[in-house]
Amino acid sequence: MIRETAGSAKTHAAARAGRLPKINPVFFVLAALLVAITLSNPNFVEPTGYMNFLKRAAPLAILAAGQIYVIVSGGFDLSAGSLITLTVVGSSMLLDNNADATWWVIPVMYAVGLAVGVVNGVVVSFLRVPSLIATLGMMITLNGAAFMWSSGSPRGYLPETFRFFGRVNLQGIPLVQFLPVALLVLMVVGTVLFWLMHRTNLGRMLHALGDNPRAAQMSGVPIEKVRIIAFVISSLSAVTAGILLGGFAGVSTDVGVGYELQAITACVIGGAQLLGGRGSVPASIAGALTLTAIFTLLNFIGLPKPVRDVVQGLILIVAVVLATYRRNRAGGT
Amino acid sequence: MSTAIFVKRPARRMERYAPALLLGVALAIYVAIALGLGLTRFLTPEAAIAILNRSIALGITAVGQTFAILVGSIDLSVAHLISASAVVASAIMNGDPAMMLPAVLAVLLMGALVGTLNGLMITRLEVNPLIATLGMALIIQGCLASFHGRFGGSVPDAFQYFAYGAVLGLPVSLIVLTLLVLAAWIVLRFTRFGSNIYSVGGNRDTARAAGIKTTRVVMASHIICSLCASLAGLYLASRLKSGSPWIGTEGAYDLESIAVVVIGGTILSGGKGGIWGTVAGVIIFSLIDSIFNLAGVDAFAKQVMRGIIIVAAVAFYAIRSKRIVA
Repeated sequence: MIRETAGSAKTHAAARAGRLPKINPVFFVLAALLVAITLSNPNFVEPTGYMNFLKRAAPLAILAAGQIYVIVSGGFDLSAGSLITLTVVGSSMLLDNNADATWWVIPVMYAVGLAVGVVNGVVVSFLRVPSLIATLGMMITLNGAAFMWSSGSPRGYLPETFRFFGRVNLQGIPLVQFLPVALLVLMVVGTVLFWLMHRTNLGRMLHALGDNPRAAQMSGVPIEKVRIIAFVISSLSAVTAGILLGGFAGVSTDVGVGYELQAITACVIGGAQLLGGRGSVPASIAGALTLTAIFTLLNFIGLPKPVRDVVQGLILIVAVVLATYRRNRAGGT
Repeated sequence: MSTAIFVKRPARRMERYAPALLLGVALAIYVAIALGLGLTRFLTPEAAIAILNRSIALGITAVGQTFAILVGSIDLSVAHLISASAVVASAIMNGDPAMMLPAVLAVLLMGALVGTLNGLMITRLEVNPLIATLGMALIIQGCLASFHGRFGGSVPDAFQYFAYGAVLGLPVSLIVLTLLVLAAWIVLRFTRFGSNIYSVGGNRDTARAAGIKTTRVVMASHIICSLCASLAGLYLASRLKSGSPWIGTEGAYDLESIAVVVIGGTILSGGKGGIWGTVAGVIIFSLIDSIFNLAGVDAFAKQVMRGIIIVAAVAFYAIRSKRIVA
C-alpha cells in the first residue's frame, strides 16, 4: 500500500510483475469454458458467435462490476434486480411510445438509480440496518413500485432510440466486422469501475472498510461516505444493465428477477470475499462471463432450465469452497 | 481491547422490549382503524384467531429460522424446501389416508437431510451460510422443476384436519404452532443446547475455546430450521389440498421469515434475541396485512409499504447501536 501510494509508474510495473504468478483462476476457468463451447459449436469463433455471447453477457457483467463495490465494502445489494425491473418498466411508462423522449428519460432513470443508491447507503450507514435487510426492503419496495407504476401490466414498447444501447450492432468495424453497442458500454463501464476500484484512493478505502470497519474508521476513512458511494455505484450499474436489458429483452415486470443473485454469484466466482475486504472488478466481469458461458454450454448440450438452476447452485458452492480453501492455504484471513 | 467499551450498550433494557412496543403500536393502529371505520366485528376473539391463523406457515418457518439466525447463520433455502415438502407430501399420499404417516415421515426425513447438508457445507466446508443455503435453494428448485409433471396427487381429507380442524374452538394448526413455540422457548431458555446456541452465535471461536462442540450446535440448528420448513410445507399441503412447486417461493417464506425474526429483535449476526420476539414479529406482520385490508390499500402499494416497514422496524432498534454494520 505504501509502495503504491508512492505512485511512480515504475513501482506500479514492478508490483504488477510481482503479482503476475497469482493470476485469478477464474480466467483459466473462463478460457476452458470458451474452448469447450467452441468444441461443441464451431460457429462460436465466428464474430456473430462470440459477439452475441458478449452482448448477452454484458448486462450481467456490468451488474457484477457494480455489485463488487458493495461486496468489497462488506455488504450486499439485493435491490439491483428490482432496480433493473423498475428501469425497464419506468422507461416504457415515461417514454410512452415517444421516441423523442429518450434523451431525458435515461437521465431520469439514472437519477432514480442515484436516489436508490443513496437511500440504501444512508439506511445502512446511519440507521445501522444490515445491508441484507435494507436492500431486501428496497427490493420489495421497488418491485411494488414497478407494479404500481404500470398497474401490474406494463404497456407500450421501447422505441428504437432507447433500444439502441442493448440491441444495435455497429457495422463495418475492422477485424471483428461488427461491434454491439452493449459491448462498448461494458468496456467503458468496466474500465471506469476498474480504475475507480484499483487505481484510486476510493478503492483502497473500500477495501479497508470491508476488511475492518473499525480500523478503517480510526485511520480516517469516512466510512459512511465510502459506503454510500459503493451503493450508488451498484445502483447506477443496475440502471445501466436495465437500459441494456430493455434493449434486447423488451418490457415485462420480471426482467430483473434473479439478477441480483446472479451478480453476487459472478462476484463470488471471481474470487470476491463475502463480507468484505477482497474483490476485483475484472475478475467479477470474468465471473459474469463464466456464468453466462456455463449457461450457454448447458444450452448447447441441450439441458433444460431446471438443470441450469442445479448447476448454478453447485457452482456457487464449489466456487466458495475453493476460494476458502485457497485462502486457508495461503494463510490469509 | 478497547472495542469492548464501544460494543457495550446502555439502552439494553429498552431494546429488550422493543418488539413488544412495536407489537403494541401495530395493535393500536389496527384497533384505531377498525373503530374509526366502525368495523367492530374485526375486534372479536374470532377475528383475533383469524389474524393469527393467517400466518401459521410463516410462524412455523420463522421458529426454525430463529434457530438458524441465533446461531449466527441464516437459511435461504426454506422457501424451496417448503415447496418440495408440500409436493412430496401430496405425491406420496396421493389421496390415500393410509399413506399419511409414511408421507409425513418421508417429508421430515427430507427436511432433516437438507438441514444436515446445509450444516455440513457451513461447518465442514466453511461456506458462507448465505451462499451455502442459496446454492441449496437453487438445487432444490432445479430438482423440483425437473420432476414437475411427474408429481401429482393430493392429500386425503383426513390430512386436512391439520389445517382446518379445531379443538375447543381453537384451530389445530394454531395449537401446533403454539406447542412448537413453547418447545422452542424451553429448548432455548432451559437446556444446555439452548445456551450453546447463544454462545456459538455470540462468538464461535470463544465458544469453541470454552469447549462447546460448535459444529454440532450449528448442524443441529440448521436441522431444526429445515424440519420447521418441512412442517410448514406439510401445513400448506394440508391447507391447499395439494402441493405445488411454487407455494414456498410465492409466499416468499425465505425472506419473510428472516424479516420477521429480525423485526423480533434477533440480530442477524447471531447470539442475541429469542423466540418471543419472533412471535411478536409474526403477529406484527399479520396485523400489518390486516390493517392494509381494513384500510383497503391497493395490493401493489401494500407491497411498497411493506418493504418500508421492514426497514423502518429494523432501524427502530438498530439505530441506537454503535456497531458498524454492513
